[in-house]
Amino acid sequence: MFYRENGQFKTSYKADQQAFAIPQDRWAIYAIVAFAFIGVPLLVDEYMFRAILVPFLILSLAALGVNILVGYCGQITLGAGASMAVGAYAAYNFLIRVDGMPALAAILLGGLVAAAAGIVFGAPSLRVRGLYLAVATLAAQFFWDWAFLRIKWFTNNASSGSVSVADISLFGWTISTPTDKYLFSLGILVVFAVMAKNLLRGNMGRQWMAIRDMDVAATVIGIRPMYSKLTAFAVSSFYLGVAGALWGFVNLGSWEPAAFSIDRSLQLLFMVIIGGMGAISGSFFGAAFIVILPIFLNQMLPLVGSLFGLEVSTALVSHVEVIIFGSLIVFFLIVEPHGIARLWATGREKLRLWPFPH
Amino acid sequence: MAFFLETLLGGLMSGMLYSLVALGFVLIFKASGVFNFAQGAMVLFAALAMARFSEWIPDWLGMENLFVANLLAFAVAVVVMFVVAWLIERLALRYLVNQEGATLLMATLGIAYVLDGIGQTIFGSDIYKIDVGMPKDPVMMLESVFEGGILINKEDFIAALIAALLVISLSIFFQKTATGRALRAVADDHQAAQSIGIPLDRIWVIVWCVAGITALVAGIIWGSKLGVQFSLSTIALRALPVVILGGLTSVPGAIIGGLIIGVGEKLSEVYLGPYVGGGIEIWFAYMLALVFLLFRPQGLFGEKIIDRV
Repeated sequence: MFYRENGQFKTSYKADQQAFAIPQDRWAIYAIVAFAFIGVPLLVDEYMFRAILVPFLILSLAALGVNILVGYCGQITLGAGASMAVGAYAAYNFLIRVDGMPALAAILLGGLVAAAAGIVFGAPSLRVRGLYLAVATLAAQFFWDWAFLRIKWFTNNASSGSVSVADISLFGWTISTPTDKYLFSLGILVVFAVMAKNLLRGNMGRQWMAIRDMDVAATVIGIRPMYSKLTAFAVSSFYLGVAGALWGFVNLGSWEPAAFSIDRSLQLLFMVIIGGMGAISGSFFGAAFIVILPIFLNQMLPLVGSLFGLEVSTALVSHVEVIIFGSLIVFFLIVEPHGIARLWATGREKLRLWPFPH
Repeated sequence: MAFFLETLLGGLMSGMLYSLVALGFVLIFKASGVFNFAQGAMVLFAALAMARFSEWIPDWLGMENLFVANLLAFAVAVVVMFVVAWLIERLALRYLVNQEGATLLMATLGIAYVLDGIGQTIFGSDIYKIDVGMPKDPVMMLESVFEGGILINKEDFIAALIAALLVISLSIFFQKTATGRALRAVADDHQAAQSIGIPLDRIWVIVWCVAGITALVAGIIWGSKLGVQFSLSTIALRALPVVILGGLTSVPGAIIGGLIIGVGEKLSEVYLGPYVGGGIEIWFAYMLALVFLLFRPQGLFGEKIIDRV
């Protein structure tokens, strides 16, 4: 009744080509962003920021990067964690090796280095496709895992590759409290999400989607596969690199290569597939699901156990957590193989017609 | 020269062990198009079952004979793997027919989590050992040819022998039996196979059972080498370059890919490793596979990928 677009006439090309052409959508997005910037810091306590919101924001950014590559360009990658690691360690090196380097610039430069690495390791995608490519991207993962552990220069001779960064500051604003971290990550995420939205509906995004849907046909209509595949790898790695740098600088503070291991790569791929491939909102849904579920299970299981009068050991809790996590993933894939974003889209269709049946 | 040969042989034998794990991948991918990331978890699960039952069965029955206990434990573990295979097909894969490759891959990852969790809940999460009486002491060979001879690990040798045996029996099973023919038919074309009356779900259960058995054999061999512990499930990652190098759809490819990767890994670690700081085995295998893939994108023996527009 409230959510429908009949009667809304576009009278200019500009109005027709807006990112969110339906006013309700546009206002909803504005409202969400405003709430995230103003409402959330007033309502939420510190634990929520530290344990849930900051990881959620940064991993959403990373999932967005993976989604660009996997969801929009159709190149499955299992090396996302490696791009994050490259971003994090490159940003770290810029920060400590260049005098007076602003943290934000270091983070962005880290992203650029990750993009360059992404192009190198994405090059096989020109020959190798599908699952073969997915496994081939693991090469990047294991190579960088090894490099940050063994090549001392990258980590400034730190033992076992663990490095740490003091609180960063941005134009005199020192980011130290969880609220600061939240706002900083949120700001970057919003900028990058707007960028992705525009990139994806522009020329480049359409090329990616054409390559994803059928690369031979795309080549026939004049899309250069090399250019569009490599740009997809570069942009995706840039996002991942920035996310990795944020993960290190803002969320962890001190980290070692294990923070960006293959588990991280798989986790990111989970987010994209559960959230919805080829949908920006899917990255957010997926990240929320994957970040919140383990915490939720961790809190709930002992409670459920005590309800039945059982003393649940921590080892058992962690095992049951893993079991439930795995089965929920399988369950989700069976019920909605296109992810939560599709569920959301279906809901919106329903909302459009409501309260009438047709 | 002797040292080179020693490294080479060591590489060939560890390559055989990789192919054992890779076989599991190939079998399932061929028959159902599922890239089974849970293979590593299955290896761990099978090894845990084997290790624990060989410990429990003597307790329950009150007997001492190690051989009989191992045999019984093996039988029980086979049954366990059959049940696992049946459950996976019944509860998950049946509903995921015709989904995209990436979705299926993620589903098997979910299954891997579940298997890891259940395995450790039932069987415990310490380090266990499997003792099937494999000789541990190395032997010298070719002492007449080279000075000092070549040192060969007897355990590795027997393991490679078992792997070869398994491969031969699998190929006989695939080529000569009716079930094997049905499996190959399904691998070739699901719909055509179904239209001539081959029951797809039963075939899938059988394939997962066979993969379960290869996982069990791999688990026993790796487990008796390294001990049964959680890290066993990561050997799947070691076997992945083998699979793509040989081709996702080729059983001989898994074997030859395994040998190439095994040798490449060992030689690189010995001759290249010291210059770059060591520990390069794992990514070198992937790089090696990648180089081969650049020339043959479908792997050495995989089916040629034909694009139709």
